[in-house]
Amino acid sequence: MLQLQNIHKTFNIGTVNEKKALTGIDLTINDGDFITVIGGNGAGKSTMLNIIAGVFPPEEGNIIIDGVEVKKKSVKKNKKEAVEKDDSQVDETQQAAETTSLDITKMPEYKRAAMIGRVFQDPMVGTAANMSIEENLALANRRGSKRGLRWNIKKEEREIFREKLKMLDLNLEDRLTTKVGLLSGGQRQALTLLMATLIKPKVLLLDEHTAALDPKTASKVLNLTEELTSKDNITTVMITHNMKDAIKYGNRLIMMMNGNIIYDVSGEEKKNLTVSDLLLKFEQSSDGEFANDRMLLN
Amino acid sequence: MVIFDTFLGGINQGLLWAIMAIGVYISYRILDFADLTVEGSFATGGATAAIIMTLSKSFVSKGAGEGILMSIVALIVAMLLGGLAGLVTGILNTKFKIAPILSGILTMTGLYSINMVIMGIGSGNIKANLGIGSTGTIFTKIEEFMPIGRNWIIFIVGILAIAAVIGMIYWFFGTETGSAMRATGNNEKMAKAQGINTQASKILGLVISNAFVALSGAFVTFQQSNASNTMGVGSIVAGLAAIIIGEGIFSAKFPFWVRLISVAVGSIIYRIIIAFIYLAGINTEYVKLLTAVIVVIALTIPLIKEKIAKRAGKGKGPKSKSSDGSSNQETARDNVTADADVSALSKTEDAVANGASSVEEV
Repeated sequence: MLQLQNIHKTFNIGTVNEKKALTGIDLTINDGDFITVIGGNGAGKSTMLNIIAGVFPPEEGNIIIDGVEVKKKSVKKNKKEAVEKDDSQVDETQQAAETTSLDITKMPEYKRAAMIGRVFQDPMVGTAANMSIEENLALANRRGSKRGLRWNIKKEEREIFREKLKMLDLNLEDRLTTKVGLLSGGQRQALTLLMATLIKPKVLLLDEHTAALDPKTASKVLNLTEELTSKDNITTVMITHNMKDAIKYGNRLIMMMNGNIIYDVSGEEKKNLTVSDLLLKFEQSSDGEFANDRMLLN
Repeated sequence: MVIFDTFLGGINQGLLWAIMAIGVYISYRILDFADLTVEGSFATGGATAAIIMTLSKSFVSKGAGEGILMSIVALIVAMLLGGLAGLVTGILNTKFKIAPILSGILTMTGLYSINMVIMGIGSGNIKANLGIGSTGTIFTKIEEFMPIGRNWIIFIVGILAIAAVIGMIYWFFGTETGSAMRATGNNEKMAKAQGINTQASKILGLVISNAFVALSGAFVTFQQSNASNTMGVGSIVAGLAAIIIGEGIFSAKFPFWVRLISVAVGSIIYRIIIAFIYLAGINTEYVKLLTAVIVVIALTIPLIKEKIAKRAGKGKGPKSKSSDGSSNQETARDNVTADADVSALSKTEDAVANGASSVEEV
């Protein structure tokens, strides 16, 4: 479970360009949720994802992540404390300490990455172009673990990579040593998706990851997204500009406007939504601003 | 014979300076960081090596073994101080958010004074240069028991040193940490998303880069029996020249270790050219101008080629317009095949139909 509590974010504070991007967001993302996020330009969708990922900190509010496995260090500490109290309780203390909730508001981006998988809008951003497919995957396979002076790819990893690449059905499994820069945008986005889920993340953040692709490729990548996330039951937050996709995918839908969540729907209600329902909702919430809002959606 | 000596001298210079060029390759090509610290840290390496040999003169003069041992100590200490210079630049850039070029310039400027202080240790004064001719170096000490001529000794030591450096760097960039460093230089956003501490990567990269630059400075000092605080001036351009010449000979498609060798080869070719310029009697003060011009030309060739191709395309009318840049065409073709690949993945075509219909509905 991941919780956003009263998150505020303002850009360019104290200048004429001051922009309130998030105005007190409260959101609880449950384990296994696949949330689609829609909203106009400047609604705060990407800002919210960047706050979760730790690209920049919020001015106010907390981000809490649940069920985090506690690192050895703190287990040891608990052990020590337990020893001081009563030897027989050691095991119990250790058990209890294994998962806990953690306030990650101030944790730097690269540390948070251990728990968070990301795919960006620009297919060029998610992969290292000058490195080979297997090198990119090997980097992703070490997300969250310490990088030492061992060789960067193990032999047995190559087999795993080959298996995983086969799932993409893009014939990449035979091109492990090909530079990623030689792949198309669609291929790179599919690879990024695989990299983001290679180590199962606590939450997968997709920031309009199909917006830069042609419609055909976009739908393939979306299908792949659903396949990968449902297979491992990965908690996902997906921003999209396509209302159809927002309705079609996921179990929950969030609509954002002016830096806050104006509509949060899940379950049966979400299943029965139509595009016109969403448009109506938009018009109601925006008091006529809607006509000028160029959020629309292909 | 003069020609041959010039040739061998050029190769030797090239080998010793190649270590510097490889250091520049790490910051400029791998980390994508135009690091000007190099100009200072090269002289730091030279100054450190010179002062250590001078201060241990009584020990060094005992015999060949002592001299070689002390030379190796000097090389190692030079590397450590060079690494320290890289650390400062790295911290200025990552922690204090100063732009890469300015971070390097600041460290370089500071080193200008520090290098003179280093060379003045023990003399109670600061010194702009320091000769070690009477003390002896690793090269003269080896010559004492291997009388095959100074140039050949420098050649052998140079080959061994550059082989060791290339081996170490090849190994390092194949490790997890080195791989993370390459990712940082290639795509910082991606590196962060994959949990790489990009600040630490940059700092470590600059430390390694400048350690090798200082090592090169120490070797060059041993070769010319003299260190000066201006010996690093123009070294960044010389390093770039070596990288560019090397890349001109070897394609980027080659594996990493070949590219490292290509930098060394580029450095050797560059130094041979300079050695012959000296031989031709051209005033040595012109060499830096010449080098700068060569690097500018090398850097603009791709741009000029593109322009010529474009103009040729326009001249021939619309038919040949598509040949503007064959590379463009190639990427386009790549995309088409790739998209076909992706569409092979499709299980149902209705998803596409959905996408299309949503346009109409909205």
